[in-house]
Amino acid sequence: MVLARELGKRFLLLVLVLFLVTLFTSLLLSMTPGDPVDTLLPVADENSEEVQQRKAEVRERLNLDEPLWTQYTAWLGDFVRGDFGDYFRVSGEDPVGDTVKEALPVSLQLMVYSQILALLIAIPVGVVAAYRAGSWFDKGANTTAFALLSVPSFVLGLALAYYIGVWLNWVPPSGYVPFGEDAVEHVKRMVLPALSLAAAQIAVYMRLLRSDMMQTLQEDFVQMARSKGISDRRVLWRHALRPSSLTLLTVAGLNVGTLIGNALVIEVLFSIPGLGTAIFQAITERQYVALQSFVAIIAIIFVLVNFAVDVLYTVVDPRIRHARARS
Amino acid sequence: MPEPVADRVPTAAAPAGNGAEPVEAAPTRKLGLMGWLSLIWLVGITLAAVLAPVLPLSDPDESFLRIVREPPIQPGHLLGGDGNGRDILARVIYGTRTSLTISVGAVGLGLIVGGFLGLVAGFFRGRIDTILSTLFNVLLAIPSLVLLLALVTIYASSDENASNARRMVVLIVALAIVSVPLLGRITRASTLAWSEREFVKAAAVLGARPWRIMFREVLPNVLPAMMSITLLGIGIAIVFEGAISLLGLGVSDVPSWGNMIASGRPELARAPHIVAIPSIAIFLTVLSLNYLGDVIRARFDVREAVL
Repeated sequence: MVLARELGKRFLLLVLVLFLVTLFTSLLLSMTPGDPVDTLLPVADENSEEVQQRKAEVRERLNLDEPLWTQYTAWLGDFVRGDFGDYFRVSGEDPVGDTVKEALPVSLQLMVYSQILALLIAIPVGVVAAYRAGSWFDKGANTTAFALLSVPSFVLGLALAYYIGVWLNWVPPSGYVPFGEDAVEHVKRMVLPALSLAAAQIAVYMRLLRSDMMQTLQEDFVQMARSKGISDRRVLWRHALRPSSLTLLTVAGLNVGTLIGNALVIEVLFSIPGLGTAIFQAITERQYVALQSFVAIIAIIFVLVNFAVDVLYTVVDPRIRHARARS
Repeated sequence: MPEPVADRVPTAAAPAGNGAEPVEAAPTRKLGLMGWLSLIWLVGITLAAVLAPVLPLSDPDESFLRIVREPPIQPGHLLGGDGNGRDILARVIYGTRTSLTISVGAVGLGLIVGGFLGLVAGFFRGRIDTILSTLFNVLLAIPSLVLLLALVTIYASSDENASNARRMVVLIVALAIVSVPLLGRITRASTLAWSEREFVKAAAVLGARPWRIMFREVLPNVLPAMMSITLLGIGIAIVFEGAISLLGLGVSDVPSWGNMIASGRPELARAPHIVAIPSIAIFLTVLSLNYLGDVIRARFDVREAVL
């Protein structure tokens, strides 16, 4: 009952946030100073009949003469039907949807790899650091994590590209090969960008897990498990890690925003044809209609991921549910 | 990037050990060696940035053929030259000016707006809190760097001849907008906790007006939390300036750490020092800011425990 009401409230907030976010992104173009059509189609020969006609056409297509509300509903109508607008060129139009279809999976791949990498490294390090709190290992891990948090991912990316890509020449410093084409090459080219993205996440997860576990290890049920004669290792990995996994999950959800932002720069640095590169190209070619759709897609994914994490958290962890019900 | 900082900073309300931040063995009250080094570095670069015009430096825009792509430690050019033979020492110091102006300006602006909104939301609660919290959530719903890119693109590059001064202002305002929800949320959370305290209630009983209570009783106590997140925010802003420059949207007429890295990128294989030097500057600065932010946080928690 309480749970249902709680979820209902979350859902309302989700709808509101989605509405405001799409409203904001859909009106980005209209908010540009000057005439949006001039921005979209910068041409030298302003006054030729042909150009004027083309501009009128685009104006019509984008409903730019309509009130803002009509612009929004028209945009939203297209958007939910999977029509993400077009790349407007003086010569013609290309649908943005095609780019999304190609670029989004590549970006998701990169982010999933980096998350897997981050968790694979952060979990064992965090657990051991918590178990041996105060040891040289713990101190070393903490110091490293603190330093990693201060390295921008693009700086790390450039450093890795130089040392491992150029200097040691182990893997190609940039480029992308689809997994289906050549799995080995694919991994070789993804490892540096994934690692650059993972570094900061490793630090965040590791620190979090360490502090969380240190508390869990003080709890009665851990004492209980130990006094039953269960080995330290089993207590650590089976009993103590489990409650921390939820904390980890939430932070992973919140981190998606940072991850997306960083991935954008990393994709451009490593020439990976994902959404980040698409955004970069849209910006340099002033394809603001495409930019709007990309920003909207990213924002929606981000909002939904956080919503999912939040709901999962509420449903799975009774402690949270009760704490929320009380307040 | 240490981003979802919003959730890492414990609030005054957080009862010791409710998850995110552990009860560590007595957080250090003193600044410590690292703290002093951080402080010295930050004061040093600030002084260098302010005094750049009177320091004995080469002109940051002048090309010296002799030092094109030359590594550090050249006679007269301590940090070597970049791809155009410009003196890197001079550029990194002038770059400090740009990067600090942008980041401190943006976060300062964000602190005034976000701090005020957070204070109001946390203090008055009710409907105004709902509205402001939703606003923060909406702004946070778009990944900061993406929002920043959108804002800078739309407002700075729509006009081909957008002057660089205008670009810098747009960058500062856009970064401020991005930082508002971050600063606002922390301030709100901290305000919520402090507004419940006895002395605040006592002030109300004594007949003090709400605004007076808010500024005189609550604000001074919320300040440490705001300071700590401000330092982290400046670090994030510096990193974002770099990212924006790498994507070709940053300031271009004056050197900045970001555009120095961007200009050195094509030369990475031949002359890595062009990228390395501004990268190290960013790293040390962000590290110092993060460390001092942590120190303030630790002290603040100690004070909280004493009360």
